[in-house]
Amino acid sequence: MTPAPVTPAPPLTEPPFTEPLLAVRDLRVDFGPAPAVRGVDLELHRGETLGIVGESGSGKSVTALAVLGLLPGTARIGGSVRLEGRELVGLPGRELARIHGRKVAMVFQDPLSAFTPVYRIGDQIAEALRIHQPLDRAAARGRAAELLDLVGIPAPGRALDSFPHEFSGGMRQRAMIAMAIANDPDILLADEPTTALDVTIQAQVLEVLRTAQRETGAALVLVSHDLGVIAGMADRVAVMYAGRVVETAPVDDLFARPRHPYTLGLIGAAPRLDGRGGPLVPIPGNPPAPGEGGPGCPFAPRCPLAEGRCRTAEPPLAGAGAHLAACVRADELAERGPAPSEVYPVPELPAPADPGPREGRAQVLAVTGLTKTFPQLKGAVFKRKVGEVYAVDGVDLDIRRGETLGLVGESGSGKSTTLYELLRLAAPQAGRIELLGQDTARLDPAAAHRLRGRLQIVFQDPMASLDPRMPVGDIVAEPLHAQAVPREEAARRVPALLRQVGLEAAHADRYPHQFSGGQRQRISIARALAVRPDLLVLDEPVSALDVSIQAGVLNLLQRLKAELGLAYLFVSHDLSVIRHLADRVSVMYLGRTVETGAVAEVFERPRHPYTRALLSAVPLPDPAAERARTKVLLAGDPPSPTVRRQGCRFRARCPVYAALDAGRRTRCEQEEPQAAEAAPGVDHTAACHHPEGR
Amino acid sequence: MIRYLAKRLSYYAVLLVVAVFLAYALSCTALGPRAYFEAKQPRPSAAAVDRQLTALNINDRTPVVERFATWADGLVFHADLGRTIHNTSVNEEFGRRIWVSLRLLLIGSLLGMALGVAGGAWSAVKQYRISDRTLTVFSFVLLSTPVFLVALLLKNGAIAAKNAAGHEVIPFTGYETPNLAGGLGAHLGDWALHLLLPTLSLALGGLATYSRYQRSTMLDVLGSDYLRTAEAKGLTRTRALLKHGLRTAVIPMSTMFAYSFLGIFTGAAFTETIFGWHGMGEWFIQAINEQDINAVVAVNLFAAVVILAAGFLADALHAALDPRVRY
Amino acid sequence: MTTTVLTDTVPVPAGDPAPSGRLRLVLARLTAARGVLVGAAIVLLLFLLAFLGPYLTPWDYATPNYTAIRQPPSAEHWFGTNGIGQDVFAQTVRGLQKSLVIGLLVALFSTVLASLVGACAGYFGGWTDRALMFLVDLMLIFPSFLIIAIVSPKLRGTGWLAFVLLLGLFNWMITARVVRSMTLSLKEREFVRAASFMGVRPFRIILRHILPNVSSFLIIDATITVGGAVMSEAALSYFGFGVRAPDVSLGTLLAAGTGDAPVFPWLFYFAAALLVLFVLAVNLIGDGLRDALDPTADAGRPARTARRPRRRNP
Ligand code: SF4
Ligand code: SF4
Repeated sequence: MTPAPVTPAPPLTEPPFTEPLLAVRDLRVDFGPAPAVRGVDLELHRGETLGIVGESGSGKSVTALAVLGLLPGTARIGGSVRLEGRELVGLPGRELARIHGRKVAMVFQDPLSAFTPVYRIGDQIAEALRIHQPLDRAAARGRAAELLDLVGIPAPGRALDSFPHEFSGGMRQRAMIAMAIANDPDILLADEPTTALDVTIQAQVLEVLRTAQRETGAALVLVSHDLGVIAGMADRVAVMYAGRVVETAPVDDLFARPRHPYTLGLIGAAPRLDGRGGPLVPIPGNPPAPGEGGPGCPFAPRCPLAEGRCRTAEPPLAGAGAHLAACVRADELAERGPAPSEVYPVPELPAPADPGPREGRAQVLAVTGLTKTFPQLKGAVFKRKVGEVYAVDGVDLDIRRGETLGLVGESGSGKSTTLYELLRLAAPQAGRIELLGQDTARLDPAAAHRLRGRLQIVFQDPMASLDPRMPVGDIVAEPLHAQAVPREEAARRVPALLRQVGLEAAHADRYPHQFSGGQRQRISIARALAVRPDLLVLDEPVSALDVSIQAGVLNLLQRLKAELGLAYLFVSHDLSVIRHLADRVSVMYLGRTVETGAVAEVFERPRHPYTRALLSAVPLPDPAAERARTKVLLAGDPPSPTVRRQGCRFRARCPVYAALDAGRRTRCEQEEPQAAEAAPGVDHTAACHHPEGR
Repeated sequence: MIRYLAKRLSYYAVLLVVAVFLAYALSCTALGPRAYFEAKQPRPSAAAVDRQLTALNINDRTPVVERFATWADGLVFHADLGRTIHNTSVNEEFGRRIWVSLRLLLIGSLLGMALGVAGGAWSAVKQYRISDRTLTVFSFVLLSTPVFLVALLLKNGAIAAKNAAGHEVIPFTGYETPNLAGGLGAHLGDWALHLLLPTLSLALGGLATYSRYQRSTMLDVLGSDYLRTAEAKGLTRTRALLKHGLRTAVIPMSTMFAYSFLGIFTGAAFTETIFGWHGMGEWFIQAINEQDINAVVAVNLFAAVVILAAGFLADALHAALDPRVRY
Repeated sequence: MTTTVLTDTVPVPAGDPAPSGRLRLVLARLTAARGVLVGAAIVLLLFLLAFLGPYLTPWDYATPNYTAIRQPPSAEHWFGTNGIGQDVFAQTVRGLQKSLVIGLLVALFSTVLASLVGACAGYFGGWTDRALMFLVDLMLIFPSFLIIAIVSPKLRGTGWLAFVLLLGLFNWMITARVVRSMTLSLKEREFVRAASFMGVRPFRIILRHILPNVSSFLIIDATITVGGAVMSEAALSYFGFGVRAPDVSLGTLLAAGTGDAPVFPWLFYFAAALLVLFVLAVNLIGDGLRDALDPTADAGRPARTARRPRRRNP
């Protein structure tokens, strides 16, 4: 870290006995000319949890790193960070190192890259211990095992000798937390600690964080983009936008009575698992890039309440008591307490033309008993087969015209493999795929090529799914060329397609990198629509986007479906999004469909224990509701898909099974449960022997 | 691990057999020992030439495959590499020269690698400081100078020094002083002195290549998450860099080792010739000019084995350095 | 410039609709890198020297002049004369010309070969991949020097173009390997998958998606190959396996001058200096291009992507 210019901190007004553990005043960080953090004030008291929430680029992670002095050398830091009254900004590296880990410890976002790949987990934790404590090797190792045990890692003795790549994501994050609390720090900084994890694992890790906090009595700073996580964990929340805190309040207050339009918008843009909250309100536009923007309120270009005075000066963070907001109309909002849709323009979605009863509609996709196994390979240089991976092992799907099927599953559930099997348009290893009435096993190459035009896909990562070397017009026209549509005809269709997804015809000459994430995803959608497909496969289309942008894309998808009568296969790990968009949902676990049915049915009356656990693991962006819920925590990680088990494959983690008596357990142990209807005529099936939890 | 190594070795064996056969066939078609004998004075009779060629198993009227079979039979069952064009044993010459070459190759490549890794890491840590820039310029110039030119320049320098001082300051021909008196110590010192310039010619190239590469892998590591974790634990920047950064950044060097060995081998051949070392490289150049097929093939065999060994070593090194590829 | 077609239209940050955003970025980075400018200037000057040089001097490179033997550099003979009175400047310029042409042709040839082999091996996988990679491994077993030296007696009388082919033929393997591994990862990228799911044919995918996306690497690699080829040429010619009389190249000049270097330095050092200067300039360009073209590199930060382990050329 370069020694930063130290500015004298303003005198602390609080009397000494309430002096905060950590006080950040007017923190400023810039990389080169563009400021990333522009004057942040934060306070942290002993034992409390402060949530910092914001979208990508809001400066929340930079703030956390700046507090620790862990920013790269190109960063310039100004302002003041006081830990128990001691100034940290400008402290020499040696002094800072003494504080790192002992007073303030950090948990990072991506636990795979956060561990040094070449050292054993145990050695890395022991190293953290021995930096600050006079322990010999054996003692440090013993203490490391205790720590691993504390965070719930099974067989800690053996885990010590594992390398990071041998752990699952959840285990690595636990180990990371164990390393962070090794020296009983006073402050634990967690930067998006669960973003890379599945929901059920996220629930486990959040629980471990709570345990860690309880054991050490540390104050926790939790940085996250997920309002649900913040609502469930934080005591106080700071909302960041464009490098500043725009609102801060106790958690209940913030969610119930937001005083900044941005906070209000964030709450309105997030789809909710309980289906309440009405239509999504997208916040128009994009967050400003660092260094961009005029003298006024940085949110003004996107704010529906903006007035003339907003653009003249940046409003300070002000207000009464603990609830502060940086908005000139904060008081008004506090008084009125409007719903998001009363402030933000809600797009009008055309009502879907009533497609008629389900049975009467043509089947777009029918999959039964789909199976796909991979050879399990070992070795990086010389691959050899050591077994089979049962990636997909009994998947059933059913989509009719004008319908959206949500496919839900965690990583390793086989949902991506299922997709790629569908898109191959070839005979599956086992089972049957029928696409638009044609059995894929019987297609000749020409028919398969024609069928490709009726089935299109939108991928997750809007950066990776567009060729960076092609202008947007060519990208959108590519499927037309592939289907041998004449060149002029294709060129004629491109502008209309771009307009259809909310872009401009003039954008056809630009390259993908000139667009923001949400816009790129719209380009992907335009490309998929080019050949007027019947079925659109959407592979996690919004999970790489910020909530405020995501809402706009979801609304677009809804509108297109209503207008064009498309059928969607919508793959997502995010149950809230599925609830919002899908008509029917299909839940996968370990390569198999475990529950299927109409969205309202499945989400309100889940029958499979796994679905219940999954639903309860999704955090709600509503602190009161979140506290009121009873949670079903699943134990451990999903088992390896390399063994085919007898009986129910969810058994090892099933809370229902665990509570059964021996007599009733035998069925779960010996018989593979088959999909069974909840009641005759109800669109809801589950593959469980004890669907009512009895 | 054992299975993996065995598999790797068997692949190498296949490669080796095919490659040696190709080299043999190529030498047989490209070189013309018949012309060499026919040019002798007094000119021998056609039948005599034929006899002599057949005796040496280099007669171009025998099909290549047949000659190769005879040669391979000798090699596999009698460890015999055949006869040179002067009707001496290839084995003897091979045995004499191999140590000369290996000495140069081993010391030169290891020294170059060690210096390069250290220099590159240092350079990355001191990025854009004077020391980094100096090393960068130095290695750029070295990278742009062919090994034979480096060797020639060093030799010219040594000659200039000799001319200036009136006696030889640093030896620049051969690998030992002939008929040197004195004990073991004197001999070792003499060897080291003779090794100096040839090794330097090779090691300088290695230094330049490795240091550039090490610098860039090290810079990649500088922004990594785990380095930040190490600092967040309470390690100082320098210790974190050395313990966590460098350790990870040397892994790609193993691949580099395999590739750069090709260049080092060629460089060694030049260096030997220029400094008058009677090693494999010098023999090769001489043998081509004499149309000596068996000697050329022997050197090729040596090259293939050494390069495959380097490849194997690189694989083993990679596995040893990176737990992610262990078996 | 917000449209009002739809309620949820996303405004695009205003800016001129230049399709050349990337090009401009590259140019900006290139001009920021002083190394590239210096390198390019040197290369340009050397090319001018090589092709205009012969017209600057009245002397012919081949004609001996027994009245002016081993003369040191003077106003008349800028680089002096050699053992049979040939003008060293005329010779050097002529040799430089040949070396440059050889370098360029070899780089062109081997890069095209490498990109085709690498992209096909990576994209088609399976047996195509295995066969091509076996070929690569096979060719990497011997230093190219050995093979070219063995073949060289056969080439007597065929001229230097055959030599160019040989150099190119033994110089593509490592590049092909890198292209292959880049293709492997590109193949997993979603835009390539999207294209194949849309029904775009394999060769079209290679041409439209794969090769353009490895082009940065190919350009950089080709640049460095030019330098490498010039060095290889010099080395082979030095030992008598490359360019032969009546052609001259930097390598043959070095070979001719080496014995006299301690006493008549002009016979050796002019050619040596030009050789090093040219390769250095080319390497500077290559290094600068790498920083400028690599899409993953931040300005001023060295690249992260497949850095080809640079091979020492003899
Ligand atoms: S200050 Fe004005 S522009 Fe900024 S958030 Fe408040 S109302 Fe909107
Ligand atoms: S079948 Fe048994 S083990 Fe499986 S989910 Fe149902 S209750 Fe649990």
